[in-house]
This record gives sequence, C-alpha cells and structure tokens, in this order.
Amino acid sequence: MSPMNLRQRFYLVEVLTGLGLTAAHFFRNIGRHTARAFGRKGASGAVTIQYPEERRPYSPRLRSLHRLVRREDGSPRCVACMMCETVCPARCIYIVADEHPNPEIEKMPSRFDIDLGKCVFCGFCVEACPEDAIRMDTGILEFSSYSRLGMIYTKEMLLALEPVGPDGVPRSPVPIPADRVV
Amino acid sequence: MLIDLLLALGRVAFVMLFVLNVAALLGWVERKQSAIMQDRIGANRASIFGFRVLGLFHPLADTLKMLTKEDFRPARADRLLFELAPAVSVFFALVAFASIPFGDTLQVAGRVVPLQAVTLNVGVLYVFAMLSLGVYGVMMAGWSSANNYALMGGQRAAALMISAEIAIGASIMGVVMIHGSLNLMDIVRGQGHLLWGWLPAWGIITQPLAFILFVTAGIAATKRIPFDMPEGESEIIGYFVEYSGMKFGMFLMTDMVETIVLAGLSTSLFLGGWPIPYLFAEGFQFPWGAGIALAPLLVTVLQVGAFVGKVAVVIFVLMLIRWTLPRFRYDQAMRLGWLGLFPLAIANIVVTGLVLAAWGSR
Repeated sequence: MSPMNLRQRFYLVEVLTGLGLTAAHFFRNIGRHTARAFGRKGASGAVTIQYPEERRPYSPRLRSLHRLVRREDGSPRCVACMMCETVCPARCIYIVADEHPNPEIEKMPSRFDIDLGKCVFCGFCVEACPEDAIRMDTGILEFSSYSRLGMIYTKEMLLALEPVGPDGVPRSPVPIPADRVV
Repeated sequence: MLIDLLLALGRVAFVMLFVLNVAALLGWVERKQSAIMQDRIGANRASIFGFRVLGLFHPLADTLKMLTKEDFRPARADRLLFELAPAVSVFFALVAFASIPFGDTLQVAGRVVPLQAVTLNVGVLYVFAMLSLGVYGVMMAGWSSANNYALMGGQRAAALMISAEIAIGASIMGVVMIHGSLNLMDIVRGQGHLLWGWLPAWGIITQPLAFILFVTAGIAATKRIPFDMPEGESEIIGYFVEYSGMKFGMFLMTDMVETIVLAGLSTSLFLGGWPIPYLFAEGFQFPWGAGIALAPLLVTVLQVGAFVGKVAVVIFVLMLIRWTLPRFRYDQAMRLGWLGLFPLAIANIVVTGLVLAAWGSR
C-alpha cells in the first residue's frame, strides 16, 4: 500500500468523501423504499432477501435432506443392498432388510434410518446406490431438533418427501420428528 | 406558588420525556439508518398482533429482553460501585440536557416561562461538568468489575475522555467569546441576530473551525465509533463486559442520551438553537421586505419545532459518521486529540480574539 498523501493524511476531505458516499446510498435507498411504499414499480432499496418468505433457487447440485424414491405402488425402490450403509463415512445409515411381497423384487428395507446428527452430507450414498433409490434433492435445509433422537429420520419420513420444485421452493413440508416442540 | 412549581415540573418533564423517548427511538433509528445506508432493510420482525410498523417495536422488545435477563454480578466485584456505575453514567447523561434551551419564553398565567428546564448563567459549563462526570460511571464500571479487561477498558475510556473534553472546552471558547456569555439562552439569542441584515449569525458561520473541532471531540466524548476503543463491541473488550440485563441496557442508553446531548449542544452553540431565521415575535420578516404575521403561540411552536428538527438533523449526521468511519487506533485517537484538535482549538481562540479586538476598535 502506498503511503498516504497530504490530502489523505489531513483526513477531513476523505471523511467528507466517505460521508457523501454513504449519504448518497441512504437517500437513494430511502427514495426507492418510499416509491415502492406508494406502489410504484422500480428498483428495490435493498439488495437483501427476506429469507423465510423469499428464497433464491438453490443449485440443482445442492445436497439437501435425503429422500427415498418410491416405486409406482408406493413401496421403496431400495432393495436393501447395504451399499450406502457400507460406503457411508459417518456411519449414519441403519438398514434392516426384509422380503418384498413381489417375488420379482428380492428385498426391501423394513427399517431405513438416517441419523442426520451424524450425516456429513457427502452424497456418497446417492452415488453408491445401484437402484437410484436415495436422492438428496428435496431442497430442505431447515431441519433441527431439541434432542439427538429427533435427528434420526425413519423410512416413512424419508419416503414421504418430494423433490424440490423448479422455483427452488421445497415441495414437501419439513418432516417434524415426534419429539420436536413447535 | 403551586403554579410556579407546576410550570417548573412541566419544563423538566418536557425535557426528560423528550430525551428519554428520543433515546429509546435512537436504537431504532440507528438500526434502520445503518441498514438503509448499507442497502439492507433492517430489523423488521418484532410485531404486536401482526403489526410490524417498520420495526418500531424492536426498542420495546429489546427493553423487555434486557429487563428479563439474568442480573449477573461477578463474585469478586465491588458490590456498591458495581451497582452504582450504570446509574451514575445514565444520570449525568440525562441531567446534562437540562440547561439546553428548546424555545423562547412562553406567557403562561401572567408569568414569563423560559423554555429551558433550568435557567443557568453558566449553562455551557454545567453541560460540560455533567458530561465529564459521566466518565466516573465508566471508570467505576471498569474498576468494580474485578476484571482486568474491564479495568483496561475503563482506563482507555478515561484517557479518551480527558483528551476529548479539553478539546471540546477549548473549541467552544470562540463561541463564548463572540456572545460574551456562558448562558446558553444568551448564546442562542445572539445567534438569532442577522449579519449584514440577511445572514443568520449561526455559530457554524462565525466559527466554522470550532464547529468541526467540537463535533469531532464531541463524538470522542460520547465514546461512539470512530472513537469506540474503550468499548469496541465487536473485537476489544470494554468496561462493561461484566454487565448484563438492564444494567448493560443503561450503558447503552447512556450512549444514546449522550448523542442527544451532543446534538442539542451542537444545535444550541453552532446551528442557532430554536430561532428560525427571519422569524420574529410577530411573524416572518424577510430582508426583501415581505412579511407574514403569525400568532405568538404559533411562533413558539415553530421555534420548538425548529430546535427538534435541528437536533434530528445533527443526530442523522452523527449516525452517518458512526456508520461510515472505521475505528481509530488508541494512539491515533490520542494524537488526534492532543496534537490535532487541541492546538487548533487554541489557535481558533487566538484568531477569534484578534478579530473581536479589531472589530471592537473599529
């Protein structure tokens, strides 16, 4: 950084320049807010987004809350091959295999729990799945719980989820565990 | 007798309610103004029955939050001084506004009432005495917390206040010399005169250098950004680390009240106080001959409104400065106070004296 010249070291001129800049922003923005309050169309006075009500569309590559893909009869597409459970670096998936009523399909999970308190959202389970049965495209990021037990999402909860809408807004509500006080 | 008492109480109540309400509002003003300056929207979520009203309920919510928080006192703290410090801070900041005039005299029940909480011949000195005593609260808070960081914060505050107060005192001497009085009412009346028949003799016109010095030193005395190294809310630890709940809130309130006092004082000393240029007791009388006759009560209301408006403008500028400039380093602030503001203020006194002597001998 070059040393300050005399005008900059005098400080007052630079202070007034800075105040002019911020004041210009203030009056420009307050003018825009006023224009919008009176129903005029125009540029917004703020560049921020009112988050829970307004959302920016997430990237389609975003890894959000998992969901289990359903077959046409509503049963999970998962065949309980344990690939995801094996590849999971956080060991947060717990699967119990069971027989599928359809004899053409060998197995299905009777339990498929994901402990989101442990999950690192690496997406390996999605990549490892040979049946494309688990995806991370719900667009849901706001899941929290007052207890560790509440972070465990079961098969039924994961099966009920829909992929994110084209506008970036999640289409299914956040599954609320039984223990969470709302 | 009773009516005199009521009138005195009314004046005091007006000033107190004005200062306290504006102080509460300043938290909102600060948030919203900074947000709009920074292309944001600002706090707007607090609502009562779904009404948000531009976030105006946030000061209320803040107060409720602070009142219901745990009132913590460190085990080794000096109990008396620890409890006393926020009260001392906020008390001296509140009473400092008392001698600032907010309007001309008012005729009530055959009595002439000056619109000023307390009429003092040494009003200027009184305000500075109260503002200087406020530093005791800060030092008490730093010392009694039994916390080394708080102690160092208090010491930084004391050093900053001393260097700022001297520059403030020296910078207003020019104004006092011009008007020949320490009474704020006299100084304000003096600024109501017109130079050469058209230019209002405001302090900012007769003493421009003193105005800049006064505002700079005044911001330092209120310990706000860019002179907030006693506190440094985001990085350094200040003198009220150990305070929580409403005692912490009282320190915040002190900041706001001191800002209002500084704005009121700048208005009275440099921006003409309550008089409106060309407005006399009978109405407007413009230098080009035109005039509008007004009722005396309306004139008084306009003048009080002018004072409040000027204070609001000064507060806006102070907030603008607070949200624009980065913080001075400790040594930079000391150098600015002792090697910048103070010698310039002395030079201003000398030049003012010479000019006044030349003016008087003519």
